[in-house]
This record gives sequence, structure tokens and C-alpha cells, in this order.
Amino acid sequence: MPLQVDVTLTLNGRETTVAVPVGASALTILREHLDLAGAKLACGEGECGACTIIVDGQSLNSCLMPAVDLAGRKVVTIEGLWTADGIDPVQEAFIEHGAVQCGFCTPGMIMQIRYLLDKNPEMTDKEIRRGLEGNVCRCTGYQKIIDAVIVAGRSAAA
Amino acid sequence: MTKIIEKDTIIGKRVRKMDAPDKATGRTRYVNDMVLPLMLFGKILRTDRVHAKIKRVDIEKAKAVPGVHAVITGADTPDFGIGILKDNPPLKKDRVRCIRDEIAAVAAETEEACDAALRLIKVEYEDLPTVFECEDALKDGAPVLHDERPDNIAMAQYFDHGDIEQGKADSDIIVEGQYNVHYVTHCNMGVSCAVADIDPDGRVTLYSQSQYPFIMKMDIAPSLGVHPGDVRIVQPPVGGAFGSKLDVYPYEPICVLLAQATRRPVKLIFSREEEFIASPTRQPVEFTIKAGMKKDGTLTFREVDTLLNNGGYTSWGATTPYVTMRTITSHYKVPHIHYSARAVYTNNPFAGSFRGYGNVQATWCVETHMDKMAEAGGFNPLELRLINANEPNEITPQGADLGCIDLVGCLEQAAEKSDFLVKWTKYQEGWDGNERYKRGIGLAASQHNAGGAKIHKSDGCGTILKMDDYARITVITGASEIGQGIDTVIAQIMVEELGVSMRDVTIVANDTATGPWDVGVHASRTTYIAGKSAQRTAQKAKAQILDAAAKQSNVAADTLDLRAGHVVQAADGVVVMPLDRLLRQMHFAGEDAQLVIQSDYYEPPTEPENDKHMGDMSAAYSNAVHVAEVIVDTHTGEVAVETVWSVQDVGRVINRTGLEGQTEGGIAMGLGYALSEDLKIEKGIVKNPFFRDYHLFTAPEMPHIDMTFIETMDAEGPAGAKGIAELPTIVIAPAVGNAVYNATGVRIDHPPLSPEKVARGLYEREQRMRQAAE
Repeated sequence: MPLQVDVTLTLNGRETTVAVPVGASALTILREHLDLAGAKLACGEGECGACTIIVDGQSLNSCLMPAVDLAGRKVVTIEGLWTADGIDPVQEAFIEHGAVQCGFCTPGMIMQIRYLLDKNPEMTDKEIRRGLEGNVCRCTGYQKIIDAVIVAGRSAAA
Repeated sequence: MTKIIEKDTIIGKRVRKMDAPDKATGRTRYVNDMVLPLMLFGKILRTDRVHAKIKRVDIEKAKAVPGVHAVITGADTPDFGIGILKDNPPLKKDRVRCIRDEIAAVAAETEEACDAALRLIKVEYEDLPTVFECEDALKDGAPVLHDERPDNIAMAQYFDHGDIEQGKADSDIIVEGQYNVHYVTHCNMGVSCAVADIDPDGRVTLYSQSQYPFIMKMDIAPSLGVHPGDVRIVQPPVGGAFGSKLDVYPYEPICVLLAQATRRPVKLIFSREEEFIASPTRQPVEFTIKAGMKKDGTLTFREVDTLLNNGGYTSWGATTPYVTMRTITSHYKVPHIHYSARAVYTNNPFAGSFRGYGNVQATWCVETHMDKMAEAGGFNPLELRLINANEPNEITPQGADLGCIDLVGCLEQAAEKSDFLVKWTKYQEGWDGNERYKRGIGLAASQHNAGGAKIHKSDGCGTILKMDDYARITVITGASEIGQGIDTVIAQIMVEELGVSMRDVTIVANDTATGPWDVGVHASRTTYIAGKSAQRTAQKAKAQILDAAAKQSNVAADTLDLRAGHVVQAADGVVVMPLDRLLRQMHFAGEDAQLVIQSDYYEPPTEPENDKHMGDMSAAYSNAVHVAEVIVDTHTGEVAVETVWSVQDVGRVINRTGLEGQTEGGIAMGLGYALSEDLKIEKGIVKNPFFRDYHLFTAPEMPHIDMTFIETMDAEGPAGAKGIAELPTIVIAPAVGNAVYNATGVRIDHPPLSPEKVARGLYEREQRMRQAAE
């Protein structure tokens, strides 16, 4: 067995401790040890954004983050956006505005947008596109995703 | 008080995708996310040679790695090839022919143990002479890849119509061209993955990304040594497919063979690098075209010879010429035709099917060439296309009845909306100007099957419908949902016929054990065929329900209708009774069981292509015209696409949101083909198997897209719809190429229009101009 260390983090609002093999990525731990398979492994090299999560308010590619670095951090995954208050406005906008096709990029895309909207709910079209540059979608051509960002941003501003 | 329900329709509305809520909340479990109890991991050892004899494979050390349960090679698996010509054994025993070739496979408790075992497998090779270009592979004395085909020709197709010599004699102008279209690959966000499970009776369940589950049973079984009836294909949600999963590829039988060897479920998943190297590509093609016309612009002949780099084995790539042929012979009215295609074995990776299948390549050739011909004849691009456009009910040289097409309408609307002629005239005046950024506009048109494609004995799809005591509907369809939205389309059709709401419909699909037959997701067929099957099933159910209602209320069934969960009087919408109450009465009346209806659309009015390549293969045909406006940076050669005007005959809009999404996504994929995607293969080796070196379009690069859908109301299609998914990918690339020419005077014949190629073209043009001036 590889060497393991216990890591304690705040995961989707709950304090969680998990035994992390040294060298494992945050994505591997989320998917394989914590049963949070929403974040996707699509390239494993930080090029596609399908594994995006939010750590201490910052979006990042969880495939590149060592899991041991999760210690003491506040982590939000796609599963954390559906709360007792309902689903997140970004999720709602994705569902209603055709932003989902195969859906494999969707969790990472939504987390990136959640992060962008937290910073600025009234982005211009150009700012939205730049903000999504690191998230690849092979199905939609991005327009419906951009439409969803605008709708979700409006609901946040209202 | 009487309650009245007005007639409403859900066809053409914006309907949310049924799988979107689970996908947007991260709840959807894809094949790639699957875990079964006691599951092992599988991995494949691939060769590092492009052509070699396998002298020896030593697996002893690999077997001894802790956690390893099995190591298999070609020596201990059934000797049966997969693919169209059955020329590709899943594990290679004697010889490797391309870089992706599978030598051995390991099943182990962890992926790390698999990797450790793979590193310990020793393979001894004897290198063989290699060949990478079609032309070289056709030469006398070229290395032979498959002994049973000593000429290296995997497949060949020939078609002649009219009298080509007469066509040449009739021509005032003849234009020749050469177009080489390149390797690109699907880049599904979900990499290739399979999970295999066997039971003690030897029956196989394969959790697969397959797009053709029912035929796959037959295709995969011989390589497993089992009866096709003992193979069950289950299709969990997939992260994209786009044609890539229309054949059996070696990893799938290998996954099952590992499960057989270990008596444990096995999951085999690619790395992204492996996905680039070991997935099928789009078929690269070398076109040589000669085409003529009269002074008045009437086309006289089209002579096209093509070579396809088949790679080491034969998958669907080698059959793309059947579709290419349809475009070469039938896109525009051309009286005299010659066409040939030869798929030539080389030591390159091999091609499969990919959205737009053979027509992406053909349309690049035809539409680039049409612009050259227009220039040669003194016509504008729109004019020449209008002169030669197919009209409704045209019978093509291959015997297709084009039915209710509207190519002229597509051309005229696209030109009008984009102000094409004014801009086209203006922009080409700027060729010799000194501005760094030059603007251009280009147009291209396309034609594709839009009502299925009869390539199997049946081009059909079956549907089973159950209505329960609460008027909730369960639909079991043969159709495969691969993210494209067919479940939602089928549900809409049910809602339209049965007067329930979208929320009341559950679609059960994607399992060959429960679903009725379907050919698979290909050829833009599913809305048309599976939609029609659903509609027929719903209509049958409706007739039975209205009969029961009529009996109860002593009126004629044809005076009744179903609306918003009620039986109503068709004429005035007055409510007769709630639908759920009627269904309960039918259920418990003793005579009728719970409503279960089966129907199908197994016999669309189509015919297979015969050995002379004649046949009306599709029940409908369609056109799309795209206009692209681009800005070329003449300093860097970069091309930015600013706006795309898309006009497409869709028959009828079913789900407007889904249709727009397919169109936008198809354009993104086609823009990648035109501008940025290029799988670089040098001496058989894939040089850029990573996203950082293989550039997919990202959000900032996407143009504004203006979409117009023409509704020709196909008489056969469900609610008038036609298939729509491939045309946007097919037609956009030549529109961009033509726009770059309009901006700069630089014609790039071979996509992609990379900055390097455009910059070189600009430099060469400048040199030519300078020399001409001297």
C-alpha cells in the first residue's frame, strides 16, 4: 500500500476526513474515495476543465491539485450546489437554456461559472467567453452555455 | 360547469432536455464513472512499432505482479478479426500494422498494478518495411499489409453516369483541382471506456459507449467465442460519441476477454493520450477533380478520383466513399459523372465514422471547387449555385428522389440575411490594400440524407409504450440517447399525441435486453426513424384510448381528442373525462390489461444501394447553406470567424432549443475542421496526442451564429421533421475557406487553414504580384 495521510477539509459545507494516498490528485480522492463522481476526468493534464472545483473561493483543475493540499480548505464540488434551498441558479439556467448535451463538461463548466459569477455577476459577453476559455465543450458550440451564464447572472443581480 | 381545454402543441417549442437536471447536478453516472462489485481494471499494451512481425511475447513476469489476475495475448484468444472486413484481430498474434496495435492486456486490482505489469511484458519484433502514403502503397513492390489483399486496396468504389467525354466536349470552361483533407479525431470529452461482466453461464453484459447496440451484438460475438444472443449491450450515459462508436474497436472485446479470463467484472478506460492515438479518426482523402461548365454557367461534367489513406485496418472510414459519392454525383445538377474511390492500406492509424461521414470531405471538395468555377466563368458564387441547384423531387444520377428539398430557398435566404453579394463584391477589392486586418465573406451549400439511410436489412426502430393508472407514460425505445437529445424528442412526440405533459413521460432505453431493435445513431436518422416509430406507437395507443372513451360516452371515437390529461370533444375542447380515470377503468374492467402498446417503423420507404450504386437510400433529403464572415490578420495568418449565417431545411422544428444546440455544436466542430484541428501523423506516429497541441474551438473563438430553419414539412417524417445533426458540420468549412479567399485572394486547398498556411499563402501571393509587376 502506498503511504497514506489523513486529510481534513470542509467539503460542500461538511467537515470531512479522508485517508489520502500520497501522490493522489484531488480529483481521484473526490471521485474514488468520496463517491463524488460529478467532477470528471477527461484529460488529466489541466487542459479541458472538466474536473473544475472551487477551493477557498478559487476555481481550479482538481486533476492537477495534490489531494494532500486539500487539508484545511473549503471545497465546493458540483454536488454541493444542490442545497436545501434548491439547485443553484447556474444549474437552473443550464437546464432551462439548452446548455447541456452529453453533459460530460457540464459539472466543470458550472463550477467555473459559479466562480466567475461570484466575482462579477454582470460580465460582458467577452468576459464570459474569456472566463470559459479553459473549459472545453465538444457538443454545444458554447452559445447556450453563454446564454445560461447571462441568465444566471441576472438572477444573482436581482 | 363545463371545462374547456384548447388545442395546444409542443412541436417546435423550446423544451428542456430530459437528462439535463441530472447532468447539471453531477448525478449522472457515465460508463466512465461505473463501479461494479469485485471489479478489476484492464489495460492494453500497445506496440511501439508501425509495421513488424511479433516474434515473441513474454508475459511471465507480468503475471507475477501482485494484484494481477490475468494477462492475455493473441495466442490465447479467439482468432477472429473485427471491423468491416474482419481484418483486425483485437489482440495481434503475428504482426503489427500501425502504432495503435494491441499486443497484450492485463486485468488487475488497481490501475497501478496494470501499469506495473504492462511494463514487464517483453515483446520481440522483427521490423518490416513501412509505407505511409497512398501513392507509395499502390506502387509495384510496395510492402503488403494484408496478404489476402496484395494490391493494398481495402475497398474500392466506382460510379459512372452519362458520358464523361460528351460532358467534356460540351464544356466551355474546365477547372481542375486537388484537395487533400486531413486527419481529425472526435475528442469525445468522455474517453473510450467499457465495463464487461460475465455470468456463470458464459453470457456477456457489456456496458458500452456503443451507438449501434443491436448490431454490435453480432459484430463483437465471434471475437469472444460466444453466441450473439448471449451478448447484452447496456449503454449508460456517454460523454460524446459523434460517430466514433459505430463499430467494434479492439478495446471492447479485450475488456470482455479479460472478464472471461478472470470471472470478474473488468473496466477498461483510456487515457487522453491513448484516446488520441487509439481511437478512429475522420477519414483523410485526396481528391482529384475536373469539372466543366458552359458559358451560361450550366454544369456539364464532374470527374472525381479519390484515394483514402486506410491505415492498417478497415473500419467504417473505408466506406465513407459511399456517402462522398452521393455528394459528388448529386449535389447540384451534373449530367455526366465519373467517380472512383480507393481505400489504401498503409501503416497509419485507421479511420472510422465521424459526424458528416464522407460528406464533410466531399463538401469541402465540391464547394471549394464551385467557387473556383464561378470565378473562372465570371459568376458570383451565389449565381453559379442557383443556376445548378437541385429542385424539389429531383431524381439524382444514383436514383434518389430528393423530395421536398429547398436548396434554392436556403441559398437565397442565406445570401439575403448576410448581405452576401454586397459584401463579397466589396471585400475582394481589398486584396491588394495594406490593411493588416482583411475582411471576407464566403458561402457554401450542402446536401445530405435526412430520412435514415438503408444500409442494413431494416433501417427501422421499435417502440414499446406503457400507460399506467395515473396516465404516466413509459416509453421503451430502440433509439440510443448519446447526448443529442432523442429522448426529449420522443417524449415530445408522445406528449403531442397523447395530451400529457413532459413530466409524465419516462424514457427507458439503452439496453438491448429491454429495447426493441434499432439500427443505431448514425446518418442523421434518429429523429426521423425513432421519432416516427414513437409517433406510430402513440397513435396506436391513442386510438385504443379514444375507442374506450367513445364506448363509455356513447359518441364516435373520431369526435374525441386527448388534451392536457383529459379526454375532450375534439370540436370544442369540452372535457369528457380525466385520462387517468379512463385508464384505470380500462385496466380494471377485466377485458383490457394495463395499456401496453408496441409498434415500430421498421420499413421506411427506402431501398438499399445496389451493386451499381443505385438506390433511394433515404426517405428524405435536406440542404443547408452557410455564409461565414471572417477577419484575416495578414501579419500572423490567423483567421477569426466573426459571424456565421446558417440556413437549413429541417423539415419541421421539433425541439427548437435542441435544434439550435445541434446546429451551434455542429458549427463548432466544423470550424475546428476548417481552422484548428489537425491530428499530425508522421511516419505512422501520432505527434500531438494532447489537447494542448490539438486545438479544439473554445468559447472566445466562436462566432456569432444567426440561424434560420426552413420548414419544408416532410410528408413522411414525424410531424414533418427531417434529420438535422450532420449538415452544420458538413457545410461550414468550405464557407470559411471561401471567405478567406474573398478576404485575401489566397486559396487554401488543403484544410485546416492554419495561421502557417494562410501566412505562407499571403507571402506567396505577394511574391507573385511583385513578379507580375516587374
